[in-house]
Amino acid sequence: MDVQGLTVQRSKIDVLVGLFVAAGLLAAVFLALKVGNLAGFDTEGGYRLEARFDNIGGLKARAPVKSAGVVVGRVESIALDRETYEARVLLQIFPEHRFSKDTIASILTSGLLGEQYVSLEAGGDSAYLASGDRIAKTQSAMILEKLIGQFLFSKASEPNAGGSK
Amino acid sequence: MQRIVIDVLGDLGGAVIDGLGRLGRAALFFGRVLGVSHRVLRRFGQVTREMRASGVRSVLIIVVSGLFVGMVLAVQGHDVLQRFGASDSLGVLVALSLVRELGPVVTALLFAGRAGSAIAAEIGLMRATDQLSAMEMMAVDPVARIVGPRFYGAVFSMPLLAAMFSVLGVFGAWLIGVRLIGIDAGSFWSQMQATVDFRHDVLNGLLKSVVFGVAVGLIAVFEGFHAAPTAGGVSSATTRTVVISSLAVLFLDFVMTTWMFRG
Repeated sequence: MDVQGLTVQRSKIDVLVGLFVAAGLLAAVFLALKVGNLAGFDTEGGYRLEARFDNIGGLKARAPVKSAGVVVGRVESIALDRETYEARVLLQIFPEHRFSKDTIASILTSGLLGEQYVSLEAGGDSAYLASGDRIAKTQSAMILEKLIGQFLFSKASEPNAGGSK
Repeated sequence: MQRIVIDVLGDLGGAVIDGLGRLGRAALFFGRVLGVSHRVLRRFGQVTREMRASGVRSVLIIVVSGLFVGMVLAVQGHDVLQRFGASDSLGVLVALSLVRELGPVVTALLFAGRAGSAIAAEIGLMRATDQLSAMEMMAVDPVARIVGPRFYGAVFSMPLLAAMFSVLGVFGAWLIGVRLIGIDAGSFWSQMQATVDFRHDVLNGLLKSVVFGVAVGLIAVFEGFHAAPTAGGVSSATTRTVVISSLAVLFLDFVMTTWMFRG
């Protein structure tokens, strides 16, 4: 095989492999940006808020934090407080959003069977929550079994309960 | 009676010792391949050539398989999800299945059949025709010259192929889900993007495929290099490569899945 032919063949292989690597990397970038939405989820940026709930229901880490339905952050971690037996939920809030001191955090469900998320309702206080602050007012997740139990209990305790029709 | 029992026990013991011996030889061989890494990677042209043979030529089968797997997932997923009125979540279902499991695993299985078998047969035939011994006599280390480039070619090709598989799968699901069935394109993409996490899902999936690349590459070069120098030896090395690497991929996938996604 002459040297000229060898170099031609080598460069063709290089081009093919280069195309292959480029296509593979392009696919990885597509997975990161379009499927994984890396651009919209910057874990480094943003600040951290803490909220304590009596019961978080089925809330999971990485669940969205929404305000007026718009995603403004993520649930970073969930832990049980050893003294008060409350759930300690750390929220990572995107840096462009600020919330007043009297913001209410509640755990809601999107749709009937949907995932649970943390909803932040901003109040009227002029002071804003800073990184590491704790959200004072919280509302726990709605537990369907408890709700049904309460409903039955209140029905039974009504004065004319079990009355004849 | 006693004779049969002793025979059976002897066969069992022999098989276990044989298997453990192969495992030990494979581990030592892995060390040998890693030991010549700097020499292999310095002559990257060799690795490039092998990436063409194993990677570039596997693109077509990976792309076509990914497309069809994605389309089938969309049809079947939609059938189940619409019972719960959740067909908008089709994008999530397809993307998570592909990125976490099907992309890396099916790619590795196809790669073992398409490229792993070829590597084993090639090296096995070199062994059978004494080419490897000839290289050793010329003071050329066949592990650095023949085995290393093929191993690293597989390791580098696998994650790239797995990423292509996943992307084509998502595209196939989009074709069926959005174009054919008529799911809203906005909720298809937005729910996918809200659920799939870059580090937890995409990077873990790519990490899986790198591990599969190491496993399939190692098994292929090991079986080829240690093939019996006969026609039957080459054929059994090829078969063993496909069987063992498929089982190894599925086993490793189970181990890594419990480790990565248990929470």
